[in-house]
Amino acid sequence: MLNALEKELELRAEEFRDEVVETIYFGGGTPSLLTAEELERLIGEVYKYYDVAGQPEITLEANPDDLTDMRIRELAVSPVNRLSIGIQSFFDEDLRMMNRAHNGNEALKCLETASEYFDNITADLIYGIPGMSNDRWKENIRKALQFGIPHISAYALTVEAGTALNSFVSSGKVPAPDEIQAGAQFSILSELLGAEGFVHYELSNFGKEGYFSRNNTSYWLGRKYMGIGPSAHSYNGTERSWNVANNPLYIKSVLKGKLSREREVLTVSDRYNEYVMTGLRTIWGVAAGKVRTEFGESYEAYLLEQAGKHLENGLLSFEKGVLRTTTRGKFLTDGIASDLFCV
Amino acid sequence: MFAMKHIRNFCIIAHIDHGKSTLADRLLDYTGSVTEREKQDQLLDNMDLERERGITIKSHAIQMEYVHQGETYILNLIDTPGHVDFSYEVSRSIAACEGALLIVDAAQSIQAQTISNLYLALENDLEIIPVLNKIDLPSANPEEVTDDIVDLLGCDPEEVIPASGKTGLGVDKILEAIIERVPPPKGNTDEPLQAMIFDSVYNPFRGIEVIFRVVNGEITKGQKIKFMATGKEYYADEIGTLKLTQHPKQVIRTGDVGYLISGIKEAREVKVGDTITDAKTPTKNMIAGFENVKPMVFAGIYPVDTEDYEELRASMEKLQLNDASLVFTPESSAALGFGFRCGFLGMLHMEIIQERLEREFDMTVITTVPNVSYLAYSKKEQDTPIVVNNPSDLPDPSKMDRVEEPYIKATIITKADFVGPVMSLCIDKRGQITNQTYLTPERVELTFDIPLAEIVFDFYDRLKTVSKGYASFDYSPIGMRTSKLVKVDILLNGQSVDALSALIHADNAYNIGKKMCEKLKELIPRQQFDIPIQAAIGAKIISRETIKALRKDVTAKCYGGDISRKRKLLEKQKKGKKRMRQVGNVEIPQQAFMAVLKLND
Repeated sequence: MLNALEKELELRAEEFRDEVVETIYFGGGTPSLLTAEELERLIGEVYKYYDVAGQPEITLEANPDDLTDMRIRELAVSPVNRLSIGIQSFFDEDLRMMNRAHNGNEALKCLETASEYFDNITADLIYGIPGMSNDRWKENIRKALQFGIPHISAYALTVEAGTALNSFVSSGKVPAPDEIQAGAQFSILSELLGAEGFVHYELSNFGKEGYFSRNNTSYWLGRKYMGIGPSAHSYNGTERSWNVANNPLYIKSVLKGKLSREREVLTVSDRYNEYVMTGLRTIWGVAAGKVRTEFGESYEAYLLEQAGKHLENGLLSFEKGVLRTTTRGKFLTDGIASDLFCV
Repeated sequence: MFAMKHIRNFCIIAHIDHGKSTLADRLLDYTGSVTEREKQDQLLDNMDLERERGITIKSHAIQMEYVHQGETYILNLIDTPGHVDFSYEVSRSIAACEGALLIVDAAQSIQAQTISNLYLALENDLEIIPVLNKIDLPSANPEEVTDDIVDLLGCDPEEVIPASGKTGLGVDKILEAIIERVPPPKGNTDEPLQAMIFDSVYNPFRGIEVIFRVVNGEITKGQKIKFMATGKEYYADEIGTLKLTQHPKQVIRTGDVGYLISGIKEAREVKVGDTITDAKTPTKNMIAGFENVKPMVFAGIYPVDTEDYEELRASMEKLQLNDASLVFTPESSAALGFGFRCGFLGMLHMEIIQERLEREFDMTVITTVPNVSYLAYSKKEQDTPIVVNNPSDLPDPSKMDRVEEPYIKATIITKADFVGPVMSLCIDKRGQITNQTYLTPERVELTFDIPLAEIVFDFYDRLKTVSKGYASFDYSPIGMRTSKLVKVDILLNGQSVDALSALIHADNAYNIGKKMCEKLKELIPRQQFDIPIQAAIGAKIISRETIKALRKDVTAKCYGGDISRKRKLLEKQKKGKKRMRQVGNVEIPQQAFMAVLKLND
């Protein structure tokens, strides 16, 4: 697999010939399985074939059970400069419910050690878990904050098909997540973190100034990105492509020098829709001026017309030419976005 | 040229699925009327919709040649539609024939519709040739069903021809019977032209093709002709006989069947049952039995997008070109804006029109709650009826003397086991039983007087359910009767939605109002605020439900690999919303407007 990843980096260098790599992100699946040495090798390949910025953001996604003290110390001396840790919760009950390999203690311990060696850390938390009281949620947030990390990603629990949780919910062993509870915990989150100086810059992301995820922000702002590895997605400004998902197939074809990718060319309305969808999730909102210059006047007029009813009912705001979801609208962003879509 | 004694005109009477089309194919096949290349299953049904629904919506005619005992005969098979909505067309097709094949499924025996069409055929003095079809089926019950047929027709068991459309068994016997048992046409070659229109086909390039049967005289190419009911005159630009394709001829003689093209552009100029005659020396007698087709069911059709009103009008006009039984007038609704009040022959016809609008014209439309045509009488003028084709047109109850609604005579044939449930259903539907006859010890014919409106509202589906599918149904109108009707209104978010109003018998109003609220709660998606649904009679609220507000509608993660998938999902959602109609600030899906039809699902 590692060879295939290196080969893909080499094969696709041409695509980024005029670009500067600002961020490198190891995520999806379990990148923490890679040894520090292997990570360095891959990062080295990026430097070899691409023009990398002076201060790149290099993130590694990892779960607490992978981040032993030893491992954290190794990573600290590697080029990786940001850790994204899948804490999820500091309570054993929640972690069992979500079928996680670590327990609450390990989560706490890992975050403590990591924060000794890394300044730029983000922790993933999950709320809206059946049985999670608002107090326990507040406690979770406090525990995450006690080590002074500058970023938190918090997600409402969604029951995905094919998971153990899904079968528990369908068989009635576990109550289905409650949307009123999720809504309340979302508000708690936003208030508590706001009071601590975090900016709620994307629906599920909170960061202190200077610590927003540079990598993820580029997805939301429609910048170019290149995904390396099976089923990874790439975007070059007009076309989105994704690698074959099957690992053996991926390896086989890449090592033969062939990229097995599906692609779709985004039409103007596709790009408009994506901008609306991602923009509404962020503090940068959807700028009418940008819609006009990038997609045309008719799109701007359409956007404002469609937004009318939500401006009226207070789910959207329009200030200085920018549409944003209001506090009331935030948790309904998908429906609002689709209302503004052009199909 | 064929003399009249070598012509046979016949039709097929059969219940849906009893194998009419397959057997017709076999006849065409056996007489060599179809080449291998032209072969296609169920040749006679050529509209997409017909194929899917298994119903011949528009009838056709086809001519076969067959040599019997050294003489060549012309056999005209006149196809008939198989649904109660089209019973007038069936009656005209039957009137064009001298004989009929009565096809009965050897497993399912005789059904209500078969019987009512059979009666029509007997009234027209047709020679009936009973055919016991599908005898190759494992579930076939030939002895018993033959007995049923013998009971029904009073014929000899030997006259019943066993057949199978699937294997082709009995086809030779059927052809022989047509020639030997069906009488040749009678008619006078020397009289002025008198031909009956029994069908028409819309051809976008050549105009309406009229299908007719010559009763007296003959029609020649180029002749100046006149349609007697409409009084319009045309030239017979092209005439001919119908095989699988059209075969132009110079003349179509007495007793024969043919087509006529004379540049007619609008279907309403061609009325089924009308008489074609010579313009200079017209016949004195119109062929009896002509009727102007009257719509039975009314509903509003509105564009989902108000801006598409003119386009909808253009589409409906085009539909009317080939479906003269569709009538419409502009109307406006407080909830839906501008649209049309349309009259249909029945519920199936209504569904077909809606589907054709969507398929052929790419129109997304809302069909409102269908209703029948009522007559209201004010206290002031108690003898002057006010036609009410839309519940909103019902006069103020305080000023109204009475309302009359159309009644029908319903004939239901079912198994003895299901008499109880079928009766309860009909009584529940305000029916009064008028007759009960055991056709055989196992099969019962029930007749009811029942309001037509009750048939419109989910009658078929419930009949099917209570009889486990073993019931067949037919109806004919029997006039207007006074009824205690009230208008039930629906309010969404406190606002009355006129398109959802219905006229309902006072005794059922509470129950139906409640069910409507419940059904709408199911069908209207949750929105960003609570939506109260209320049913009301006048100012009085009789039922209430609330659609709870959506509290969470957001995906947690939206990163590089999620964007495409997520966008497509929301695009799909938006497409769904575009098919909804916004009334006030509530978005209502298309099917909610028909909710009252499915209250018992």
